[in-house]
Amino acid sequence: MSTTTTLAQAQQEVVDEFALFSDWQDRYEHLIELGKDLPVIAPEKKTEENIVRGCQSRVWLSAEYRASTPLSAGTVHFTADSDAMITKGLVALLVRVLNDRTPQEILNTPLTFIDAIGLREHLSPNRSNGLVAMLDQMKRYALAYSSKS
Amino acid sequence: MKTAAVKPAFDVAEIRAQFPILKELVHGKPLVYFDNAATSQKPRRVIKAESAYYATINANVHRGVHTLSTKATEAQEAARETIRRHIYARHAHEVIFTSGTTASMNLAAFSLGQLLLKKGDEVLISGMEHHANIVPWQLACERHGAKLKVIPITDSGEWDLTHVPFSDKTRVLAVSHVSNTLGTINPVKQLIAEAKKRGITTVVDGAQAIAHLDVDVQDLGCDLYAFSGHKAYGPTGTGVLYGREELLERMPPWQGGGEMIDTVTFEKTTYAKLPFKFEAGTPHIAGIIGLGEAIRWMEDYDKAAMAAYEHTLLEHATKVLLTIDGLRIIGTAKEKVGVISFVIDGVHHYDLGTLLDQQGIAVRTGHHCTQPLMERFGVSGTTRASFACFNTLEEIDSMVAATKKAVKMLR
Repeated sequence: MSTTTTLAQAQQEVVDEFALFSDWQDRYEHLIELGKDLPVIAPEKKTEENIVRGCQSRVWLSAEYRASTPLSAGTVHFTADSDAMITKGLVALLVRVLNDRTPQEILNTPLTFIDAIGLREHLSPNRSNGLVAMLDQMKRYALAYSSKS
Repeated sequence: MKTAAVKPAFDVAEIRAQFPILKELVHGKPLVYFDNAATSQKPRRVIKAESAYYATINANVHRGVHTLSTKATEAQEAARETIRRHIYARHAHEVIFTSGTTASMNLAAFSLGQLLLKKGDEVLISGMEHHANIVPWQLACERHGAKLKVIPITDSGEWDLTHVPFSDKTRVLAVSHVSNTLGTINPVKQLIAEAKKRGITTVVDGAQAIAHLDVDVQDLGCDLYAFSGHKAYGPTGTGVLYGREELLERMPPWQGGGEMIDTVTFEKTTYAKLPFKFEAGTPHIAGIIGLGEAIRWMEDYDKAAMAAYEHTLLEHATKVLLTIDGLRIIGTAKEKVGVISFVIDGVHHYDLGTLLDQQGIAVRTGHHCTQPLMERFGVSGTTRASFACFNTLEEIDSMVAATKKAVKMLR
């Protein structure tokens, strides 16, 4: 999917999707559903090493680099999980928007959608839900892989 | 001891009218503030007292010969006397101003460590302590080669008094009066009596007690007693360390600087007398004046009536929360203040806290700075509702309805 849309377009899709909900309850119910639909992270990837520690909820993040072929550029593939459902919904959104993109695109596109869908409070550092650290970690992976592509 | 004046009957509507913040909306809904164990809200009188200092008498204390400095000093020292009276201390100079309970405990641990701890000695705390009453002692133990010992906690969230690891090496007992996570009112007087027989110096973390109990430091018999102003309707950045005069005289200073000295030469500095020996630098004068006002505000009410009202809130909340399927209360001690920690099967506290906030309800979620206690109960965190005298039974019903709604969304 991501080969046909840009990261910016994927963000806009999320914004349009959330625009359908007029109240907080629908918005959060949708977020919780997205979390439930998040592809399961392989159990062997839920290691102590892959844990992104938050004070309140925990996030597991794993990344692998899918090398370039004559037909496509190298991309980063993320899988992730969380022990809290709202956090997991936000994890699902971050994975959906950033997954299978080139390291350059991940590093160079500003993320604006969380703000735009009214969930910015979850990305404030004092929430300590692991999301800020997760996003940092995703960018670190992209940076590390950017030398390979 | 205080003399009993005639005080008005407890009227929660009259109390609520004094807290400007209770008129605020959160996410478009009336604020229900159940995070009083983290910090309580402030009555208008306290806010006014603090700003009046800046507007009319702002000056540094104990230094100037000018009029404002005298007025500021008098106002600060009046607050000290108010606090002395409130906690039944013998002398105003036994009341040391700090920035909060954390600073008070660090002062206590540093200074008592210097005075008392040697290699092989032991410091005794309990398994329900806040990190502020764990880490300063760990630091002191590391400095002096001493060991930390821990009183175990029962399943109901009380000290297991049959297994208190006193030994002939115990030098300091440092325990909380009331648990911030469980609400348990601990039998501190009984344990202090036992410690005193053994010649152990006793320190009480009273952060969660001061707004809810009638604290009498002489009756408790403790050597040191710490609390914060901001949990007792006073300003943030204010706190107290009470200390018995005789012990404070022997304790070395913690921080050096202005105000705490008698004479300074490069060869030798002599220290100011109590309480200034422990108050280096310019204090939070405005906050201290606000804290004095907060204490006087509390004293305008019958403390027993206030405590009885808060107990009604606790009993009601306990009863109605337990109607929620899969809810378990962590901390079921017989003696509790208005603090309820709970977990719900299949519901993460972060999710619940978020969905309650969307409905205008402020609770605390997480480990409440008591990670060892969380481990004791086998949970990663809890949701905690903590009540103050301005809360109502209706607000508790709102929280329960909001919790049921959240659980439905999450399951």
